[in-house]
Amino acid sequence: MSMAATTAGFEAPSAGAARGESLTRRAMRRLLRKKVAVLCLVVIAVFYAAGALAPWVAPYGYAEQNLDVSFQGPSWDHPFGTDRNGRDMLSRSMFAARTTVVVTLATVATGGILLPLTLGMLAGYKGGWADSIIMRAGEVLASMPGLPMLILISATMRPKFVGWVEDAEGWIGWGGLTGSGFADYFLIFFVLSLFGWVGGARLIRTQVLTLRGSEYVLAAEAAGASTAGILFRHLLPNIMPLVIVGASASLGAIAGTEIALTFLGVGIQPPQPSFGALITDGASRTVLENHPQLLLVPASIVASLIFAFNLLGDALNDVFTPRAQ
Amino acid sequence: MEGLAGYVIRRLLFLPLTLLIVSFATFYITRWGPGDPVSVYSGQYRDEEAFDRVRHKYGLDKPIIQQYGIYMERLLLHGDLGVSFRYRDREIPEVIGPKIWVSVRLGLYAFIITFAVGIPVGVFAAIKQGTWLDPLLISVFLFFQSVPSLVTVPMLVLLFAVKLDWLPAGGVDGIFSKSMVIPTLALSLPGIAGVARLARATTLGTLHEDFVRTARAKGLAERDVIGRHVARNSLVPVMTTVIGLSLVGLIEGAFFTETLLGIPGIGRFVFESVNGRDYNVILAIVLLITTAFVLANLVVDLALIVIDPRVRAQRMLSR
Repeated sequence: MSMAATTAGFEAPSAGAARGESLTRRAMRRLLRKKVAVLCLVVIAVFYAAGALAPWVAPYGYAEQNLDVSFQGPSWDHPFGTDRNGRDMLSRSMFAARTTVVVTLATVATGGILLPLTLGMLAGYKGGWADSIIMRAGEVLASMPGLPMLILISATMRPKFVGWVEDAEGWIGWGGLTGSGFADYFLIFFVLSLFGWVGGARLIRTQVLTLRGSEYVLAAEAAGASTAGILFRHLLPNIMPLVIVGASASLGAIAGTEIALTFLGVGIQPPQPSFGALITDGASRTVLENHPQLLLVPASIVASLIFAFNLLGDALNDVFTPRAQ
Repeated sequence: MEGLAGYVIRRLLFLPLTLLIVSFATFYITRWGPGDPVSVYSGQYRDEEAFDRVRHKYGLDKPIIQQYGIYMERLLLHGDLGVSFRYRDREIPEVIGPKIWVSVRLGLYAFIITFAVGIPVGVFAAIKQGTWLDPLLISVFLFFQSVPSLVTVPMLVLLFAVKLDWLPAGGVDGIFSKSMVIPTLALSLPGIAGVARLARATTLGTLHEDFVRTARAKGLAERDVIGRHVARNSLVPVMTTVIGLSLVGLIEGAFFTETLLGIPGIGRFVFESVNGRDYNVILAIVLLITTAFVLANLVVDLALIVIDPRVRAQRMLSR
């Protein structure tokens, strides 16, 4: 890091970073020795690869209809069967996975890492009014009923968001945004991040509070290290495990919430596919009675993905905090 | 303990402030988007004159800030939550009362079952640590905690209502009717798993304490060691933390269970009210749930502080 140059000479320039690095690296090595964790990583990797590559590897389009083959069971042409309109369930699942991939990655980057890290470190290290404002805001957000607020915001703000996206299209002169469901993605990402940062920020703040009084931070302060230097070079490596565990734990919840909002009709809108919509289609009584595979396919994919996320989160927790075992 | 009293008072003083902020945010968000209750109910064909008259009658033509002022004045001075638009001017408590009762009854069942099943299973898993049963049970718990209720409910319907034809696929009747089984099961499964995981962890923590060794050393039967010494000490924290958490879980689970099974409870009602832009109903329910959340969290915090001196010190430090 470039900040190293500004810090006093007696700290070996790489000592802090190397120790932090090896802590994370050692944990990763321990993680890879766990068979269950590796299995989870494989499941998640397959899911993310299928989602990311869906437009190129999916055998059919997500909206491609073929009424001759509606409600078919699994076959070589359609491994997961087809739905009411003869759309291929494998392709639809892959494009639904794409939605999950986009939403989880965008949300975990901001609501799971960037916001909690910045706000938590600011609150913990600065203290005073910054701490008060951030923690009080977090307290208010945390005491709001999550799901009803998410439903409310998504339902009422969606038309506004679509309007903004159309405006933005006018400015950048590219008309593909509305059609690609960008507004829906962005709305979901926005509301999930808004409510998602509180827990992580609290944990990080407590950790920073503890570390701030430790001797090596005092030594760095005494040696005249800048605030940024202390935050990024000395505190960050020791907070990273917390961030990684927290982010991995929130991935499952983020994926679940997007699916839930779409299921309730306020998330991703058709024709954009999402597992929420697939489950809605599969859960109606007539479909359940005659074509249960239309429920079983999305339900088992969602269940195994979130299960894998949570198992991985547990394993990460174990390797980063060995005492917990 | 005066530090504790100060802490409680500070937290309680914060409740009205939280409610004020939440009410304003909710008020603003609901009215900010396009579409209002009058345009939702007037449908496609409408008489402009009548449309404006109705909007004026409810004060919907005023600026949002002014509407909020009027609402708060009525609420604070007269305890008046306003009227439901969807239910033709009926009072809010009259509209949401029966729905809340339906949900609370279901939630109460789920709650009791969660603890009655979760705690023994968790303690059992802890005692079996080191055998093949423990990892198996842990994975099963984690699985049920992972699967969202919108997956569990249709799967239960598929299994018990469609394939086996034992239970009805929706609705609710009396307390002991078959129709309560699927919703109760769907609501309590994640909770059972969560309680069991926590009970297992705390029991493992207590199993190696000195007083447990003493109890064994003085020759108590294993059943008494577990029942009297381990369980009692490890379960108090489980009870208190999980009560707060399962409240959240039950409210969120209620959305899917009630929507999927056609149960006329509060979860489904919130959703219908949002779609119908029934402003006053939404606001009343959000404020109600927020109060419940804040109070539940406070109770959990207090219980933890009273039980565990380490938490006490930490909380004092951190706020």
